[in-house]
Amino acid sequence: MSQPLLETVLHEAHVAAGARMVAFAGYEMPVQYRDGVLKEHLWTRAHAGAFDVSHMGPCFLTLDERTGDGDADHRAVSALLEPLISGDIAALRPGQIRYTLLLNEDGGIIDDLMVGRPLRADRQGMLYIVVNAGTKEGDFALIERAVAGRAALARADDRALIAVQGPEAAAVVAGVFPEAADLVFMTLRRIEHAGDGCIVARSGYTGEDGYEILAPRPHALALWNELLADERVRPIGLGARDSLRLEAGLPLNGHDIDESVSPIEASLAFAVARPRLKAGGLRGAARIARELADGPARKRVGLRVLEGAPAREGAEIADASGAVVGRITSGGFSPTLGAPIAMGYAPPALAAPGTSLKVIVRGKPQAAEVTAMPFVPHRYVRAV
Amino acid sequence: MRFTKDHEWIEVDGDVATIGVTAYAAEQLGDVVFVELPEVGKTVGVGDSLAVVESVKAASDVYAPVAGEVVAVNGELADEPETVNAEPEAAGWFAKLKLKDASAVNQLMDRAAYEAFLQTL
Repeated sequence: MSQPLLETVLHEAHVAAGARMVAFAGYEMPVQYRDGVLKEHLWTRAHAGAFDVSHMGPCFLTLDERTGDGDADHRAVSALLEPLISGDIAALRPGQIRYTLLLNEDGGIIDDLMVGRPLRADRQGMLYIVVNAGTKEGDFALIERAVAGRAALARADDRALIAVQGPEAAAVVAGVFPEAADLVFMTLRRIEHAGDGCIVARSGYTGEDGYEILAPRPHALALWNELLADERVRPIGLGARDSLRLEAGLPLNGHDIDESVSPIEASLAFAVARPRLKAGGLRGAARIARELADGPARKRVGLRVLEGAPAREGAEIADASGAVVGRITSGGFSPTLGAPIAMGYAPPALAAPGTSLKVIVRGKPQAAEVTAMPFVPHRYVRAV
Repeated sequence: MRFTKDHEWIEVDGDVATIGVTAYAAEQLGDVVFVELPEVGKTVGVGDSLAVVESVKAASDVYAPVAGEVVAVNGELADEPETVNAEPEAAGWFAKLKLKDASAVNQLMDRAAYEAFLQTL
């Protein structure tokens, strides 16, 4: 814990913009700028926000020996990664990204991550992977051990990762990367900009349309400044990033999901490739199959808190009789809805939307109701 | 008006003190979205939690700078918690305490001392 905090390549720009910097996952990061969390959140929902997420863990996994047959090389590199994760990577089309889960031997979630297949024919046999900041050292080591002698993992977390999110993000990004307009949600491509190659993915963590852009270090500050020069764009800190992802119903690793939680319990069954589950070879397959068939012991649910204070991480969830049945894993005030929302774990019998529950905040039971997530509708662009 | 190192202010009128948080605290808290106030009649000691202010991000305690009994709370904050940001040292007050010992207030910082303290942060 005594190690000095790392700084992203955009650190000075944040300080100059009046950011309040805090320690997060080993980095000194902007939690908010001068506007504050509430205004930054609402700005992103109405316009476009730029987020420095360079603390995360982008990397490239590349076969040591490629055959030159793009599909065969993609299948080969996918086969190296798949034993660690829940998803079907081999099935990705060129340029497609998938959300997936890194699992432990018991089927518990080590991390959630994005895996993308390059678009270009001459880049097949390579995967673009982005893992979470707090778990990246362990994730990278785990992947490296699993692929040793057959593929190499090249970290890209010395570059900048910039997210641009919001209803005006597409127009803003099209001004900088015209080809980005051709992407749909969960696709990527490498785009040259000012002589440097950036990886531009139409993805994000806010529920809004938008992009996540991996930019080489020398280029990053100029790109950040170019984005922010657009009056539709404001810098957004980690505080609003958290409230945005909560409204979008997206889990936060280390809080809403962790190694004790299975994908089924986490309501992330969509991220489990069923053919791989049937074929065997999926970590924790017995537990995952059992929970799919018989139901899990607990389930991640969304809650609207109907009265009183926001229920935050650690608050207990009780049934109508007052018996504690679960716990809040993240919660706060939803700026969009103007009311407190939360997510947490409840028994499946109490997990249906509309179920009345209590959340216990500072000893006081408050009325809450199970609500389908996302709390605020996603606005992903699935066709262009 | 007197001040604490936890950024509460207190203003005494006879044996009743009005308590709130300072402009500095309001700025640090960010946009206040919820305020939990004590029950009228509750007795608090020095340093006891008197109220809780919630921003989008976090909950923060407001401590009683002096001992006393809660005789009034600012019910307006239930509907308009943003008043804490807009007028922290006036309409954004939290509670009124009937003081056990009005002279205890004199131990707290005056504005000049509080401003000097802020410079050290």
